[in-house]
Amino acid sequence: MRAMVYRGPYKVRVESKPDPVIEHPGDAIVRVVRAAICGSDLHLYHGMMPDTRVGMTFGHEFIGVVEEVGPDVQNVKVGDRVMVPFNIYCGSCWFCARGLYSNCHNVNPNATAVGGIYGYSHTCGGYDGGQAERVRVPFADVGPSVIPDDLHDEDALLMTDALSTGYFGAQLADIVEGDTVVVLGAGPVGLFAARSAWLMGAARVIVVDHLDYRLEKARTFAHAETINFGQVDDVVVEMKKQTDYLGADRVIDAVGAEADGNFTQHVTAAKLKLQGGSPVALNWAIDGVRKGGTISVMGAYGPLFSAVKFGDAMNKGLTLRMNQAPVKRQWPRLLEHIRNGYFSPRDIITHRVPLEHVAEAYHLFSAKLDDCVKPVIVPDA
Amino acid sequence: MPYTANTPSAAFDADELRRRIPGWGADRDPADRPAVPRERYAPEVTGAHWELPPQQPELRPRERSIEHARLTPAFGTSAPLKGASGAIRRLAYARYSEGRAAHWLLLMGADRVDVVENHVASWFSKNPDNPVMGTGLSTEKTYGASSRRRPGRVDVKHQWLDPVVVAGPWLLGGWAALRGVRRVVRGARR
Repeated sequence: MRAMVYRGPYKVRVESKPDPVIEHPGDAIVRVVRAAICGSDLHLYHGMMPDTRVGMTFGHEFIGVVEEVGPDVQNVKVGDRVMVPFNIYCGSCWFCARGLYSNCHNVNPNATAVGGIYGYSHTCGGYDGGQAERVRVPFADVGPSVIPDDLHDEDALLMTDALSTGYFGAQLADIVEGDTVVVLGAGPVGLFAARSAWLMGAARVIVVDHLDYRLEKARTFAHAETINFGQVDDVVVEMKKQTDYLGADRVIDAVGAEADGNFTQHVTAAKLKLQGGSPVALNWAIDGVRKGGTISVMGAYGPLFSAVKFGDAMNKGLTLRMNQAPVKRQWPRLLEHIRNGYFSPRDIITHRVPLEHVAEAYHLFSAKLDDCVKPVIVPDA
Repeated sequence: MPYTANTPSAAFDADELRRRIPGWGADRDPADRPAVPRERYAPEVTGAHWELPPQQPELRPRERSIEHARLTPAFGTSAPLKGASGAIRRLAYARYSEGRAAHWLLLMGADRVDVVENHVASWFSKNPDNPVMGTGLSTEKTYGASSRRRPGRVDVKHQWLDPVVVAGPWLLGGWAALRGVRRVVRGARR
């Protein structure tokens, strides 16, 4: 089959590699119909995630058609059109039994601090991902769901991570009616978090980024106020000014390991890999939120240490909440919202790219060219 | 202002928000949000029909964190350990827990070694690497300049470092190889 393959930092290409096979009786093989590139794939692409091996296929957002199932699989069958959560999870361990699907203990031998994720380095289990013609889907009775007839394929695709993570970000922020919510980052997760904050009763939603075209999307798609931190002297002071010097009630970090806005932090983390991630957004969240407020972290960081301003967080009495989204737990409610017209996830897709052009798609997304917000790979184009 | 007990800008018009924003307030009640109550014990909803999943066969030795008591029932088989990078990774997993910086720094180091090993191996394959292919640089011709001229972009301050990160190791490697060849040639002449 043809598949995207990592060749080293900033380099990917499409290669022929063997088709995936059933390796566990609970596996399925899925023919990929659509796969997205996620902002967190860029951390792998830039060589930031430990144990990212040359030859791995990335891609944890995908939908497809079941082509083969293992002998134990009961809940999906060959021919089913399925959406697959980015989490690989067993459904039966201590954590899965309590709904913490992203923290599954039975799928990742390489690390106990993180569950299994498709195509996300060996630190997340060493599974190939969905930016390919076919992919192995472990525990097919647990993760995938048949795509409802009334759900658009590309809406289903975005439910496998970006939408579910954005909504989860707002959920972890514990928003109550009347809150002012600041969302750091106007990428797909930030845009969905901002939309979700309204559903939870926010009175104001302010999105912060440095890319004007994304802030425009935050205004039109997410109905938010915006701050371009590249055009203000000090974004923390700006956040305070805009909240009557109290600070925002809730701040959502939808940026993660490659946060910009502080040259030293960004270069030491993203370029020199001396930190697990650049904590610029996290530090702005700590300083911009009001005392006693809540920070929800959806941005992905590596497992190494980062220079986080933890003293301020302690002194301000903050609540910090975070996790990888347990995607499938979010689906029933999100489906209702899509059916009610509260969300049209596919509106954020800006680029649809054949698999053979995956290197160009990665560069476009990474360098933020051509107003790219969300690129989608079409394997059979 | 926060200098009195009053909440600043507390007044907001819920009806206006509801008119302007589709679905505003639909999930105001936390009970309507997914997974309420939190961490409820509910193994019956996951679709799992086993108490402990069967073990995926370990067809070759599979490295694992020493914080795990056993090999997990399922695991990925992409890019198995090999070469010098494999030896470094094996050491990182066998010796150091996830709590030790040495674990992660060894893995990061192995990643760099892995790239070099695979680049060299590719020169002896039908599909050799070259420094430019795979970087997607062709998109720069069409979109590079116009996209970067947008006001407020702060990433342009460090994007010049990207080619250094990508090409730097090649240049260093080439320089080291050249010096090595020179040394061998000089040694042979003596």
